Amino acid sequence: MNSEVAQAPPAPQMRRLEPAAIGGVMSREVANFRTFWKATTFSSVLEPVIYLLAFGLGLGATLVNRVDGLSYVEYVGTGMVATAVIFSSALPAMFGTFVKERFQRTYDAILAAPVDVEELVTAEMLWIGLRSGFYGCFPLLVSMLFGLNPAPGMLLVPFFCFFTALGFAAFGIAVAASVSKIDQFNYVTTLFITPLFLVAGTFFPISQLPEGVQIASQANPLHHLVELVRDSCFGFKATDLLRVAFLVTFAVLLWRVAVRRMEKRLID
Amino acid sequence: MAAIELHGVVKRFGPITAVDGLDLDVPKGICLGLLGPNGAGKSTTMRLLTGQAHQDEGEIRVLGHELPRESKDARALMGVVPQLDNLDVDVSVEDNLAVFARLYRVPDVRAAVDRGLALARLANRRRDAVDGLSGGMRRRLLLARGLIHDPQLVLLDEPTVGLDPQIRTELWSLIDALRSRGTTILMSTHYIEEAERLADEVAVMTHGKVISRGKPAELVAQHAGRETAEVYAPPDRLADVRAKAEAQGLRVRPAGPAIAIVGSEKATDGAVPPDAIRRAASLEDVFVMLTGEEAE
Repeated sequence: MNSEVAQAPPAPQMRRLEPAAIGGVMSREVANFRTFWKATTFSSVLEPVIYLLAFGLGLGATLVNRVDGLSYVEYVGTGMVATAVIFSSALPAMFGTFVKERFQRTYDAILAAPVDVEELVTAEMLWIGLRSGFYGCFPLLVSMLFGLNPAPGMLLVPFFCFFTALGFAAFGIAVAASVSKIDQFNYVTTLFITPLFLVAGTFFPISQLPEGVQIASQANPLHHLVELVRDSCFGFKATDLLRVAFLVTFAVLLWRVAVRRMEKRLID
Repeated sequence: MAAIELHGVVKRFGPITAVDGLDLDVPKGICLGLLGPNGAGKSTTMRLLTGQAHQDEGEIRVLGHELPRESKDARALMGVVPQLDNLDVDVSVEDNLAVFARLYRVPDVRAAVDRGLALARLANRRRDAVDGLSGGMRRRLLLARGLIHDPQLVLLDEPTVGLDPQIRTELWSLIDALRSRGTTILMSTHYIEEAERLADEVAVMTHGKVISRGKPAELVAQHAGRETAEVYAPPDRLADVRAKAEAQGLRVRPAGPAIAIVGSEKATDGAVPPDAIRRAASLEDVFVMLTGEEAE
């Protein structure tokens, strides 16, 4: 054999965004999830029941009759999907990422294997997106017990939840990669998550808010999710395609931000 | 082609230079012990080799792959056993192994898990959560996880740090078996005995660079001679003994409550007191002489 050939370095084989790497990271999430799925499912079922009892039946029976042509139970039940999505995506992404990076050193172990930061972030986002896509539907299912009629469009709700959750998972990962202490998440929840969730049109219509807030709410992904879910139940509109495009763009942009922030945090 | 080649590697963290012009080649099939005190740059070197840190200057090649550009290809061929336990504690022993078999693209995950369980001697605990394992079992599992894909090169970062002597000996047997199979090993450690027992060659590292390298016996002969005399006495007398030995050009180092006169075979009358304990020079003498740090 030619010695030059024998000494030649091996050619690079690995590519970007390999499904095997992404699948491997997700399999770790699945293995962990198997240890706590009961608690997650319990709260995902019970929370919408409590909200619907308190807001839908409490407020709906006493103060509010109909909102935008819907009974208040229908209005809140469909809006609660967005609440379920943000709380099952942004918060787990923030806390989970921080704990895995800082305390458990999980990412050190994963990145010592043939996995890069882009694949790691993508896998984490996909897993959270899938989970939220599933659990985001629970408020809708619970609302059916309170009188919401099933509709074929509802079959698209998991996909809307999935894309929205991807964006919020990326947001949570980017935040976790940017803070130095876990307490700093309080700033993020107070300044971003709570306002987003309150002006999404979950509990009251955006149209009743001042004009400036109405305009700002067009940049709120949760508002678009709420509208998409309601339209899935009561009839789609042409503008829904723009809403889907907005959610996909939000997810893609935040994905790139999350990858860059995590590269900065994980690679010295 | 060496398994690992580092040439003129520099890594800075702000004003601190953790690795400072490091040159290091690790030939295939040997176990090289990277011996140095805390803060010598050993862990940073390990992170550079896994692509978790990028060098500011210099060249790194691992198994023929240039880092950091081809780091992912290099990582596919190497196994890493970290200093800190980063197992998934709520997950079962077998799932911990299976996840890494998938991350390393092992075709038969189940067979790899069975091999890992056998190596870690945890087959009977395969379905137990890691949380319930003893410290020694967890360490064995970490080692098995790093070897799940039968790597050509293994990086062991302080593999027995913080373990009690019995578990340390147990892990040494596992690492020794790996070495016997011809796997290339780079092992960072600050335990002298670990380096002496396991390493074919030792590179002594301090302030981010290798200051001496060779087989343990060669390093001892080169830097410490044949014999060391340890003197235990009150501080005033130790000061006298030190002064006399140094007056004869002998090197003296602290050794806990005692002092050690290194290369004491060269001493002439009076330099080594009669009550001194004479022993063969050791790698510990070399380490302390070269780094100025007390050995562990």
